Amino acid sequence: MALSRPHRASRGLLPDQRAELMLGALVCAVLLFVLLLVVFVFKEAWPSFSHNGLGWFGPGGNPDQQVQEIYTSANLLREPVYTFHAWPIIWGTLLTTLGAVTLSFVSALFVSVFVVEFAPEAIKRILEPVVRLLASVPSVIFGLLGVLILVPFIGQHVITDGNRRSVAYIVSLSGYSLLAGILILSLMIAPLMIAVFSDGLRAVPRGWLEGSLGLGINRWRTFWKIGVRTARPALVAGTVLATARALGETVMLAMVTGGVSFAPNPADGLIFFVEPTRPLAATILQTAEELTSEPMRHTIFAMAAVLLFSAAMLSLAGWAAKQPMKRYGVRA
Amino acid sequence: MSAVAPPAPSAAPPSPPRRSARDSSASWRWTDRLGLAFAWLLGLTFLAVTAGIVLYMMVQGIRFVRPELFVTHPAAGVTEGESGGFLDPLLGTVIVALMAMAIAFPLGLSIGVWLSEFGRPSWLARVTESTIEMLAGSPSIVFALFGTLIFEQGALAFLSRTNDGVVYGRSFFAAAAMLSLIALPLIVANVREGLQAIPGHVREASYAVGKTRIATTRRVLLPAARPSVVTGAMLGVGRIIGDTAIIVILLGATLRFTEAGDVPLLGTLKGTGSTLTTFVYANAPTGEINQPEKAFAAGFVLLSMVLALNFAVDIAARRGRRWR
Repeated sequence: MALSRPHRASRGLLPDQRAELMLGALVCAVLLFVLLLVVFVFKEAWPSFSHNGLGWFGPGGNPDQQVQEIYTSANLLREPVYTFHAWPIIWGTLLTTLGAVTLSFVSALFVSVFVVEFAPEAIKRILEPVVRLLASVPSVIFGLLGVLILVPFIGQHVITDGNRRSVAYIVSLSGYSLLAGILILSLMIAPLMIAVFSDGLRAVPRGWLEGSLGLGINRWRTFWKIGVRTARPALVAGTVLATARALGETVMLAMVTGGVSFAPNPADGLIFFVEPTRPLAATILQTAEELTSEPMRHTIFAMAAVLLFSAAMLSLAGWAAKQPMKRYGVRA
Repeated sequence: MSAVAPPAPSAAPPSPPRRSARDSSASWRWTDRLGLAFAWLLGLTFLAVTAGIVLYMMVQGIRFVRPELFVTHPAAGVTEGESGGFLDPLLGTVIVALMAMAIAFPLGLSIGVWLSEFGRPSWLARVTESTIEMLAGSPSIVFALFGTLIFEQGALAFLSRTNDGVVYGRSFFAAAAMLSLIALPLIVANVREGLQAIPGHVREASYAVGKTRIATTRRVLLPAARPSVVTGAMLGVGRIIGDTAIIVILLGATLRFTEAGDVPLLGTLKGTGSTLTTFVYANAPTGEINQPEKAFAAGFVLLSMVLALNFAVDIAARRGRRWR
């Protein structure tokens, strides 16, 4: 690649130039397509945002009822309704994403430290493919297992009758819950984190660790204080990637979190975790049949636009976090 | 500092030699020991949970998979006996994977080659890289929605069912086109990594014997990077067959193939259908059909496909250690 092309009078194109032009055109076409995607999504989303203003993100009423009204308003011959306050859905998204990311960050950190430094060779050899395997299990299978195992378990053993009665007027507790969503989601994103974390931890210069060991610091403290700290950019990058994945997770969450646009209320105490909710992506999936109605379509695209925007911001953050890593030659 | 410290006279237990003290965790501070124990615990838990998931799916799969499920069409029915098999979803998965890869593979390969071997102007390369990265991080449901938007345009009516001038916009074509977007980043990243892992002197040797850059790429670099290319393609297939959101929205999620038009193959591709993922989704207790046994059987088949792909990726990656 370092070689420069031989210069020649441009009489007709050289095969190389032709190839470069063709590949470049293809790249431009893909870029244009993605640009089109972004523009179209935001254009379709605009009516919903412009009718609600910042209230779109705020609380107020039940989004499920609002969706009903928006949907039916297209069939009646009057002004389309756009009123939509998505707070319960956004709150659900925040809770599932943050919960799962926190939980899996802690476990992924310890697991990757274990894999890179402390595991015996035999366990290391099993654990690495297992991480990759878990990362590639389709989300619908996680959803199926959640619905058939975890949700009934929560419904029967975690939620007591007292709990059920205490919030009976507001929401019914069945096991389809925030907790199920968080637990399974963290299992789904942990492999992604472990992969990036381990790459970062492996790239820590060996000499730094040996220096610390040579001073008589024990292995755990050495690795924790030197290895993990050096790999901080990798930790950030992995977390960002996993957050993007958690944010976009659709099918599993649609299956296990209960499918009601209810905002779990922390004031309820621990019951809060077993209350149902429904994140953004799952809401889109479950309302996608209503795309035929004009105002509803704008509302659904508005949700998609929020997701797309967050994903873009996350990938920007990931890029920024990866910059210092290049010093250690990590390409994650 | 004295080189040899005199042993402390009143140290009650004689401290063991220093090296082994550091290696066995018995003398560590309790916080350090707790950390190590926690790492072990979580590592083993992780193994156990994964093993649990795979074994559970295997057991349920073996319990519920019947050979006739593979050859019967799904049917509307209330009991497990009436509702037929998953021939259509299985074929749907294969069709969707083939079609999406037919789009994503050449595109991904070209973008990867361009990024690694040409990449000029450099701002375009940077924009491309970040766009591909953004694609990798975007939720697939957004792609699905965009798909409904473009395939409902009149100009693309020939790719799906049309009813009184209203374009339905759901078909194998639509689903495959959008699925190719989620496979694209994986292919690009792997092709690029594979090409960049090839040392520069290989290229120089090829230029020195008078090959053009594109000939070098085609005859020397791509064959050498084949393991990475294969890995990328297989990871892409894995993502495609595992995706549900796009299929639910863009393939119409009718359990049987519903043909549009009379042309045999084209009619199927223009029509709606299902894949194993939507079959599992519909057969889960939260779905419309709710027959968990069928869901387990289909899930088992799906998981086996993914495991096989994973295994193949491992083999390909092992062969790819040539340049390191």
